[in-house]
Amino acid sequence: TYSIADMIMGLEFSARALTPQIAETDAIRFLVGTQSLKYDNQIHIIDFDDENNIINKNVLIHQAGEIWHISASPADKGVLATCYNKSKWSCVYFNTLASDSKVMTCAAVWRMPKELESGSHESPDDSSSNTQTLELLCHLDNTAHGNMSACNFSTASAFIFILALFVNTPFFFNAQLSNSAALEGKGQLKFTSGRWSPHHNCTQVATANDTAIRGWDTRSMRQIYYIENAHGQLVRDLDFNPNKQYYLASCGDDCKVKFWDTRNVTEPVKTLEEHSHWVWNVRYNHSHDQLVLSGSSDSRIILSNMVSISSEPFGHLVDDDELSDQEDHHQEEKTKEPLQDSIIATYEEHEDSVYAVEWSSADPWLFASLSYDGRLVINRVPRALKYHILL
Amino acid sequence: MEAWTPGFCCQPTRIYWSEQGDGEPGFLSSVPTAADPVVQSQLRKECSLAQLMDCETDMVKQIRALDSDMQTLVYENYNKFISATDTIRKMKNDFKKMEDEMDCLAANMAVITEFSARISSTLQDQHEQITKLSGVHTLLRKLQFLFELPARLTKCVELEAYGQAVRYYSKARSILHQYQHMPSFQGIQDDCQKIMANLAQKLREKFRDGGSGAKDLAECVELLLQLDEPAEELCDEFLSHARCRLEAELEALEAELGQPGGAPITDVLEFIDRGCNIFVSNMCLVIASYQELFVSREGVQGITRMAQDKLVAFVNSLMETYFSLVERRIQLEKGVGDNSLLVRALDRFHRRLQALAKLLPASNVAAEGTEIVVRAAKERIRQYLLALQSFYQDCLTDVRQSLAAPRLAGKESPNLAELLGTISASVLNQIKSVLTYVHLFTAKDITFSNKPYFKGEFCSQGVREGLIVGFIKSICQTARQFCETTGDKGGSTPPALLLLLSRLCLDYETSTISYILTLTDEQFLVQDHSPITPVTSLCAEAREAAQRLLNHYVKVQGLIISQMLRKSVETRDWVNTIEPRNVRAVMKRVVEDTTSIDVQVGLLYEEGVRKAQSSDSSKRTFSVYSSSRQQSRYAPSYTPSAPLDTNLLSNIQKLFSERIDIFSPVEFNKVSVLTGIIKISLKTFLECVRLRTFGRYGLQQIQVDCYYLQLYLWRFVCDENLVHFLLDEIVGSTAHRCLDPVPMEQSVIEVICERG
Repeated sequence: TYSIADMIMGLEFSARALTPQIAETDAIRFLVGTQSLKYDNQIHIIDFDDENNIINKNVLIHQAGEIWHISASPADKGVLATCYNKSKWSCVYFNTLASDSKVMTCAAVWRMPKELESGSHESPDDSSSNTQTLELLCHLDNTAHGNMSACNFSTASAFIFILALFVNTPFFFNAQLSNSAALEGKGQLKFTSGRWSPHHNCTQVATANDTAIRGWDTRSMRQIYYIENAHGQLVRDLDFNPNKQYYLASCGDDCKVKFWDTRNVTEPVKTLEEHSHWVWNVRYNHSHDQLVLSGSSDSRIILSNMVSISSEPFGHLVDDDELSDQEDHHQEEKTKEPLQDSIIATYEEHEDSVYAVEWSSADPWLFASLSYDGRLVINRVPRALKYHILL
Repeated sequence: MEAWTPGFCCQPTRIYWSEQGDGEPGFLSSVPTAADPVVQSQLRKECSLAQLMDCETDMVKQIRALDSDMQTLVYENYNKFISATDTIRKMKNDFKKMEDEMDCLAANMAVITEFSARISSTLQDQHEQITKLSGVHTLLRKLQFLFELPARLTKCVELEAYGQAVRYYSKARSILHQYQHMPSFQGIQDDCQKIMANLAQKLREKFRDGGSGAKDLAECVELLLQLDEPAEELCDEFLSHARCRLEAELEALEAELGQPGGAPITDVLEFIDRGCNIFVSNMCLVIASYQELFVSREGVQGITRMAQDKLVAFVNSLMETYFSLVERRIQLEKGVGDNSLLVRALDRFHRRLQALAKLLPASNVAAEGTEIVVRAAKERIRQYLLALQSFYQDCLTDVRQSLAAPRLAGKESPNLAELLGTISASVLNQIKSVLTYVHLFTAKDITFSNKPYFKGEFCSQGVREGLIVGFIKSICQTARQFCETTGDKGGSTPPALLLLLSRLCLDYETSTISYILTLTDEQFLVQDHSPITPVTSLCAEAREAAQRLLNHYVKVQGLIISQMLRKSVETRDWVNTIEPRNVRAVMKRVVEDTTSIDVQVGLLYEEGVRKAQSSDSSKRTFSVYSSSRQQSRYAPSYTPSAPLDTNLLSNIQKLFSERIDIFSPVEFNKVSVLTGIIKISLKTFLECVRLRTFGRYGLQQIQVDCYYLQLYLWRFVCDENLVHFLLDEIVGSTAHRCLDPVPMEQSVIEVICERG
């Protein structure tokens, strides 16, 4: 099934990094980081006004370099972290500093200007000219550990933890205590992705390296599970089920999306093979974990309804009091039907590889996707399915 | 007198005469006259005078005629009366004379009676005496027989005339029994009983020996029964005796099974033969003689039934042991070659059981025997299916080995088409020979072939579904397993094997399946109406397997090339690389591998259709900025107006170009397969390039590499624009990821590439 996107916009730059502003739960707001080797890179703050179907855009200059990964703090609207390539372009341009011109990927935590935290309602025309800069909070660089590939926030009680994946070692920082620790890993692992588990009071992370997925306990810094050959090719991304603590989704270059029960990792619980090229991104819906998004370099986004392994396997449980007897009877019959996992929609608004897809933190029925050519598309879950889930 | 009446009736006057009704039978006196008052009055009333006159004259005429008639009658009858009177007078005289003679006769008879009575009374006494004497004589003879009986019996026993003895004894037995209170008789009885007990003992011994012929034995039993020996005991004795012998035979048979786990001593036919000739035929003999002895004799109903029940139980228990031995032997038949020996053995086994079953219809040996045959047939089918499967696996192993064999110098790599031909032919031959083997079960001269199972279920569910369809399905299943278990890393399956199997499955779809099934249906005329798998669904399954294998082949080959490209992009420092002087070795390797894949696929699949291509496609020039699309799409700018236009332009362009699915199903032809592999490889190249940052020379190297690829890859794909599009994307993306995007001159690129 195809749907018409709510909003399509072009960013004028190549882009790979996309995140919802997680701490914002009222307005639909996404942050996009651009990739440019020639010009100053930007962070676009995209506000979507779904009532008027208008996009408001604010631009922050990210002078440190081209952005490969971006994540927003779940606790503070103004705080975000980026992984970026240091821009040494002027040196390299004349090819004079050959020895020093190695491309380094670093990470840093930033704070955006206060007035942009909650979005502004300036017109798009003004925003592009009225660019502002980020305030650096701290660097997460550690030259000893090499390049960064991703960083992610997590909060537990008053603390903010940051998982920083160096190419060789997953690291996690306690931003407030300003200490850090490396997870114990063997050999030279090349980590590509990592996620905090939303369960266990932020004591677990999962990381991907090559074809394997590893789970870690941040208290002991030990590996707690290991999914060898989780995917036939490189594992590109991971996501935890927000409602079922042992469930994990992963995707990779074998064109598959797999769902795992971390208690038994010999076989995936489910496998989807709907994409025709590498799957770069997989995301559970925060409120209704049967809804799973995946974005791929086949330029498609697929929305799947994984009812059978969701926390609502029998559909939304309806309060009896809300229904009249007749409806109640009807409803009961409906809910008892075994629900089938299905592909709900394939979104084909992109024409280049899609490297990021994210649910909105404010509206559970809305998501954004970003393709390499800088096209940002905002889509909604089909209305029929939304009502099916809600009613 | 009667004769006259009709004459009178004709007369009209008769009416008047009878109506007068005075009953006077006289006819002379009662002639009606005109004077009659009735007539008179009537006439007077009704007639004219002339009429009356005529009537009167008529009447006078009649009266005169009547008078003359009367006179004639009187004269005639008068004579007759006179002669009758004379005759009666004469008879009176004769009767008087006869009465006198009868009186005389009565007197004589009385005298005779008196004499006769006198004679009878004189002879009475003597007659009674004679009768008495004759009775005494008989009794004396009987007594003499009784007294002589012991001696006679002893003599009979001595002479072994047991039958005679028993006959004597049975004659005397009731009398002796009746008079046993008399001492002398008792003595005789005791003697006789002693002798007879002795005799019975001897008979039993003879019976137990069993050495004597059936007739003797029958006589024995007959005599023993006459001697009132209990029939049940005799049955038991007979059967237990028979059991001993038969069990010994069974043990001998069991010994032929050989050691458990070891090979049997004799082949199955010999085993069954031995079983049939010794055990079964003896069993038949036992049954026959037993029935003759105990069952079919005219006896009490109870005995017959009891004897019959005993026999059935006996036969069933022994046959059970026999059957278990036969089954054990059949189970040892594991050879998967020719099974004619087994079928013949089963046939013999079954045939002999028919005879036995005919003898004893009450036992269930026939049904059980058929069951065993059916089980053996089913087991056979199962074994053949396994054999076919393992044969197929062996074929695959052979193919693997010949594919993996190190290529000797000067010797070409194994020809896939030949390998396919070999495997396909040998599998088909194997199927055919298995069909031939199995067909033996339904041959006309085999007794069990007309059993319902062999006419129906065996053909349809057994051979067709269980064996042939099962095997075809297992081929497809194996194919699917190759696509699943080998994993995405290529696994251990050589890609050539995937390709070969895909072609095999496709051939199965197009022709082989329908051929095999037609062959099967012809050989096994299915009379059963149970549901069978249609050819179409099998073909669909084979086609699906072929498709999956080919898709998997494309994926595996694509990934192998992808892996080379990925490594080559990931491991190089593209910022600090030197100015390109050569095409990188990995690109040559990619072209070489693609060429050899092309050759490999070409051996098994047809060329396929290409889109029309321009003649100078290999010479097509392209450079980083020659394509306006590339330039515009990635040209970043802060000014909002310019990129909007170019973005729009590029998007409109893209609207008209088809979306390329990278890992998508391929068609069954060479071009489609190669297109799939090249698509996968180049897309990987593109994605890898996008993750790196390039210096000027890095970009130039990629330009050189892509131009080289373009020179060689276009010829493999169905639409060269696809290669151009992907290579454009790669070069474009590289330029975009380049810190110092100064492209190389096209002429220089061409020189480098032509140099090799």
